[in-house]
Amino acid sequence: MSQITPDVVKSHGLSADEYKLVLEIMGREPNLTELGIFSVMWSEHCSYKSSKKWLKTLPTTAPWVICGPGENAGVIDIGEGLACIFKMESHNHPSFIEPYQGAATGVGGILRDVFTMGARPVANMNALRFGAPDHPKTRHLVSGVVSGIGGYGNCVGVPTVGGECDFHAAYNGNILVNAMTVGLAAKDRIFYSAAAGVGNPVVYVGSKTGRDGIHGATMASAEFNEDSEEKRPTVQVGDPFTEKLLIEACMELMATDVIVAIQDMGAAGLTSSSFEMASKGGLGIEMDLDRVPMREQGMTAYEIMLSESQERMLMVLKPGREEVAKAIFDKWELDFAVVGVLTDSGRMVLKRFGAVVADLPIDPLAQASPEYDRPWVAPKLAAPISADAVKAVAPLEALKKLLHTPDLCSKRWIWEQYDHMVMGDTVGRPGGDAAVVRIHGSNRGLAITTDVTPRYCQANPFEGGKQAVAEAWRNLTSVGARPLAVTDNLNFGNPEKPEIMGQIVTAIKGMGEACVALDFPVVSGNVSLYNETNGNAILPTPAIGAVGLIDDLESCVGMAFEADGEAVLVIGATTGHLGASLYARELAGLEAGAPPPVDLSVERKNGDFVRGLIVSGRVTACHDVSGGGLLISVAEMAMAGGLGATLADAPKDVPEHAYWFGEDQARYVVTASAGEAGTILSEAAALGIKAALIGTTGGDKLILGASSASLTDLASAHESWLPEFMSGPDSN
Amino acid sequence: MKGAVFPSKPRPPLKAAVIVFPGSNCDRDVAVSLRAVTGKPPLMAWHRDSSLPKLDLIVVPGGFSYGDYLRSGAMAAHSPILREVKARADQGVRVLGICNGFQILTEAGLLPGVLMRNRGLKFCCKDVHLTVSRNDTVFTAKYRKSQVIRVPIAHADGNFFAGPDMLNRIEDEGQVAFRYCDEEGNLTEQANPNGSLNNIAGGYNLAGNVLGLMPHPERLADPLLGGTDGMPMFDSLLEALS
Repeated sequence: MSQITPDVVKSHGLSADEYKLVLEIMGREPNLTELGIFSVMWSEHCSYKSSKKWLKTLPTTAPWVICGPGENAGVIDIGEGLACIFKMESHNHPSFIEPYQGAATGVGGILRDVFTMGARPVANMNALRFGAPDHPKTRHLVSGVVSGIGGYGNCVGVPTVGGECDFHAAYNGNILVNAMTVGLAAKDRIFYSAAAGVGNPVVYVGSKTGRDGIHGATMASAEFNEDSEEKRPTVQVGDPFTEKLLIEACMELMATDVIVAIQDMGAAGLTSSSFEMASKGGLGIEMDLDRVPMREQGMTAYEIMLSESQERMLMVLKPGREEVAKAIFDKWELDFAVVGVLTDSGRMVLKRFGAVVADLPIDPLAQASPEYDRPWVAPKLAAPISADAVKAVAPLEALKKLLHTPDLCSKRWIWEQYDHMVMGDTVGRPGGDAAVVRIHGSNRGLAITTDVTPRYCQANPFEGGKQAVAEAWRNLTSVGARPLAVTDNLNFGNPEKPEIMGQIVTAIKGMGEACVALDFPVVSGNVSLYNETNGNAILPTPAIGAVGLIDDLESCVGMAFEADGEAVLVIGATTGHLGASLYARELAGLEAGAPPPVDLSVERKNGDFVRGLIVSGRVTACHDVSGGGLLISVAEMAMAGGLGATLADAPKDVPEHAYWFGEDQARYVVTASAGEAGTILSEAAALGIKAALIGTTGGDKLILGASSASLTDLASAHESWLPEFMSGPDSN
Repeated sequence: MKGAVFPSKPRPPLKAAVIVFPGSNCDRDVAVSLRAVTGKPPLMAWHRDSSLPKLDLIVVPGGFSYGDYLRSGAMAAHSPILREVKARADQGVRVLGICNGFQILTEAGLLPGVLMRNRGLKFCCKDVHLTVSRNDTVFTAKYRKSQVIRVPIAHADGNFFAGPDMLNRIEDEGQVAFRYCDEEGNLTEQANPNGSLNNIAGGYNLAGNVLGLMPHPERLADPLLGGTDGMPMFDSLLEALS
């Protein structure tokens, strides 16, 4: 009787049509091990089958791009013989089920994607979305995710330099944990995953293989329901100490010349790493699974191939050089085993206890995985609202309230749990527009940011996609960096629903348009779909991670007000756009309206102008205007500098609340000496850039007309929300 | 024949070693600071080494030695290199333990007290203020007595504890090196980031040649990183030991 019943096929997440394709490729019925391999290789998580068609439309090239999507991470040329290697990846499903380990292994996985290419990781970032603060699971999830990220990153000794965190009821059943790693490598010492050389040894290094994380990739490719808690055994357990040893051992090995190809074992573990290496090299592999280092006896071929045990790598070495590599792994007390050999058969042949247990063609699995053109419908766009439809609150009163809301409050409670200074190169610490990390031993720096505004994407996925890219570009610009490239982490609901697929398609179109206009290619990325529970999807969340270059760190500015009596200028037009704003949501209870449109040519013009001011040392501080609007930006600059400001009244043609809290795009607040300010304003006017003097720094409060707010009060509102929330009872 | 006849030879600069355990992660950072003052890289000594060359200073750096899955520093305290560090310390060689290094030195019995889990139970990374308890040591000569300095911490286990008798002895013998304080130098409860007894952030052994502290002087020893209050410690060592 057949082992492979329709139920078995279904439990492996394969559709009937997909199974038909399996039978065609195999020319016979697969055994369970083979079916398991098909299942993980063709999971949404590994194959991008729903999104591939649209991802291909994103711009991925530029003169400075060394390697775009398709490898473990993207690689860009940053000059002086160096390359920057980076990627962002989700660990959403496991983090909801087991927040500490889910988040920790998310960090571990993205670190490996970067150092497997030869880069020493120099910075970690994370973009987190949680459910409503009053949802019973939220506090438990925040606490677990943050300690998991810290627990892993702190131990491996890579600074976690920034990120973002916000809250919305749409994430109640599906939180998002997107982790990003940035690394540095010598441009001529980059390692790729394509296997080469028939007869070359295939080597396994790192931790032993256990029975953990089996079917993690399949789990991450399905919706949640009430039984999802039962999937806890599919979550892997991380060991940051081993990861630290693995980084050092790999760095040491990469300084020799014995590696032909290297690939980390991430989702779908030994299966996807071996298939990817063989497929990219057009070769076959014969592996003896008995030689795989195992944590326990009696593991089946199925378990070995599908385990997602962490901190493991697969390499192809030059023939006869195994001892060189082994000596290094012995020094670091890590497992090292020759598990197989490259063949010219184009097939993956697996042996266990002396018998062939799987024999599969490689290319059809790795490259001919299903690709869907899923039906989609254009998203329903939120109708615009006028400022008059949103109730007016006195600006400073509104400011104090907004600073004490989940999305605008200080995230210090989170980033103080991350070692953000280890490695001794953190120039711009968390809390600013972009983190700034010095390139070790030089006076140059990398600026790093993660951005997306899910409420905009929900109201209009196309504009939201554009805005996510534009805001990342703006945040890099705000510290004086030249924006170079993007990694994307596309988090959406179930793509089999046309309205969700519509969000995916249009958000990608918007992103693509912004990336083209801003010369900001996408070099790596990750897709996380099926973020739904009982049919309720998350807000569309195409998170953007981005990297820019600062040529001279001495010219870099922060957002803190620096000196008394300086002019405060806003660059960019303020029309008072309150649609989809935090003001409307938090103060008027109105989650409505179209998001602020992004005019990409204005974005570029304003940004290039501001960057020029920073690089030439003409402004003393800079901060972009984003969620919460102009007064929030000014207040953040004042609080950061411990220095107040007297602000001019709103212009007559814009309602006061819309002027201070509207979220018009392409805006920056800068400070400059009074004399310099005049020159800046006339230069802006000559270039057709909107700019205005809005105040003067000084004192210990924000003064607006007849009213004022002390910085002490504002800071206490800003700093207290998250610690107060987290000190509440843990209901889980 | 006093003075004058023989021009004094330039003294050889400070010779330092940094101990590297599997899981150390501030070894490079402190090496950068040492190099900045001495002009040459320190010796990086591997945990399995059982002997060290002639040295003026041994630094036990921060990190998570052996993963610190047991009590922080407990495994490293039993490593081959620590036997050698102890022997050298007994001979009067200066030993500086930072963060995990401080934990290791207490676990090894080179320094009094223990470092427990932070009062808030969380890892905590931020700048703190410290008062310099004394400036008559080779580690602190370049500071003023009672000077308030700003230096970062980054640890989960920095809550200094000692029994009443030992604590009295530490205080009476002048073994306290640094205390957590506010910006004005007041030893408040609020300025104490981890619950340490008597706000103790670092301490000496009885002989004064071994110093351990939780804060990281090497992390604020460069103006570009936002401060230089850590630098005088390295300058003090350079001047005293060259």
